[in-house]
Amino acid sequence: MTITEKLLARAAGADEVKPGDYVNCRLDLVLANDITAPIAIQEFRKLGAERVFDPERIALVCDHSTPNKDINSAEQTRMVRDFAREQGITHYYEADGGGIEHIILPDKGLVISGDVVIGADSHTCTYGALGAFSTGVGSTDAAAAMALGECWFRVPESIRVTLTVELRQWVSAKDVILHLIGQIGVDGARYQSLEFTGPAIADISMAGRFTICNMAIEAGAKNGVVAPDEQTMQWMDGRTDREPVALASDDDAVYAREVEIDLSALEPQVSFPHLPENTRGISEVGDITIDQAVIGACTNGRLEDLREAADIIRGRHVAAGVRCIIIPGSHEIHLQATREGLVETFLEAGCLVSTPTCGPCLGGHMGVLAAGERAIATTNRNFVGRMGHPESEVYLASPAVTAASAVAGRICSPEDL
Amino acid sequence: MRASGIAHKYGDHVDTDAIIAARYLNTTDPDELAGHCMQDIDAEFVSRVSPGDFIVAGRNFGCGSSREHAPIAIKAAGVSAVIAANFARIFYRNALNIGLPIIECPEAAERINAGDKLTVDTEAGTIDDHTTGESFSFAPLTGIAAELVAAGGLVELTRAKLADRAQE
Repeated sequence: MTITEKLLARAAGADEVKPGDYVNCRLDLVLANDITAPIAIQEFRKLGAERVFDPERIALVCDHSTPNKDINSAEQTRMVRDFAREQGITHYYEADGGGIEHIILPDKGLVISGDVVIGADSHTCTYGALGAFSTGVGSTDAAAAMALGECWFRVPESIRVTLTVELRQWVSAKDVILHLIGQIGVDGARYQSLEFTGPAIADISMAGRFTICNMAIEAGAKNGVVAPDEQTMQWMDGRTDREPVALASDDDAVYAREVEIDLSALEPQVSFPHLPENTRGISEVGDITIDQAVIGACTNGRLEDLREAADIIRGRHVAAGVRCIIIPGSHEIHLQATREGLVETFLEAGCLVSTPTCGPCLGGHMGVLAAGERAIATTNRNFVGRMGHPESEVYLASPAVTAASAVAGRICSPEDL
Repeated sequence: MRASGIAHKYGDHVDTDAIIAARYLNTTDPDELAGHCMQDIDAEFVSRVSPGDFIVAGRNFGCGSSREHAPIAIKAAGVSAVIAANFARIFYRNALNIGLPIIECPEAAERINAGDKLTVDTEAGTIDDHTTGESFSFAPLTGIAAELVAAGGLVELTRAKLADRAQE
């Protein structure tokens, strides 16, 4: 079996599963946020359920429209807050100690290797980086799961993505996943599991693995996964009292497809509007001026990403007419970035530094675009209207390319500065 | 379910931001959401659509975000079924959960034109295009998908499960 099959089998109490099987799995965690939880709570009530199955195995994170951007959002957040209090759900995060859900859940040790997790947010696939089975669902699935503590799945086929050799300078995990999506397409892994393996994995940090798994959904995948190794175990150490379970694919596991990526041949990637699969190498980008740069989001809002951006921005200044918005992924990361002097570096360079939020990634607040405007961002989607007006454009890239572009005023590599 | 109406045609990869933009996600009200359905890629959709109509699209319909607001908006706008070459997985699951009929039929998705008058019968597995005279067939849902449709959605199915549990 592949690691995904093993994770599902274990949670279903089955000895073995194969692609196409329908299984019912016990859940280790159910997640929802400020825009998906309101519907989930309404459906929960309609079920006739009174108590959630286990208040310790539910996480409610308000991050999309927070700090509340208008009255409706405030009402929605309050509904989630009230429900958490009513049900005794301790893993409720909004302000102090909060942040973007897919950044804080692993940081707080709420997901560990071996877990089966669902979240009412498509980027729940992020936690596969820990060697967990983690997938996005809708609000009603989350409601049923909050009541029952279990969820049905159709076991997906797996695609094995083997990463070899090593990344060149200025090339990062974000470029790896953008390149893959460019290669296989936004439905290239539809209903399938993307399993990342190979000798280069050991050199990719946990932050990089989270970035890669975060965008598995952009290829249509059911989940992304990286088998736990020494680095994973060390990273989780001290974050949880639970015992992580490290599973791995068997040598004779069957894959629907094999993809190999030679990282040494990879240059920084940029996804052009209006599909994540519309990728080009930085050398083929041409001359594209930008109005806004965004560094943050669940994809690249970690301390490592901020350090990389700061290294490029330090001693330089944001180009005239460009808004460069930095959004640390969590309250903790924001504090750490401040202590390391990164926030000062950003401010001195003319960047704007925000409190953690999903904000502009989905065109909500904190940097929405007008018609005709162009943004380069470390986010994960660039569909029509994603960051604002339907006639605006979003280009996806790594923190390094986004930072360099903010300084240059046009899309470029740090090498061009 | 058997319904008749007009086809509203779209291409591949119609994503959930196109179906309902994030700026409208600060409400859960189906009728409010319906008022903004497909807005960023087809501003006239809401004024053009009549109850019973169909959305007909290419590959990977509903890709992107998991927002359940997307199938909710489509259903509340009066669409009786979405016919597509195939569906993105979260959207597919959400649609079944809330009782929005979805039909996977690549041939129909390709052959049907915008404005064609259709009759769809999900039990018989047929789509009749009265404008072109063509007919298409599709495989009926099976397993949990069929169970969900038969129950009327996940809430109904889960209510029954919870009641069983309470009796144990």
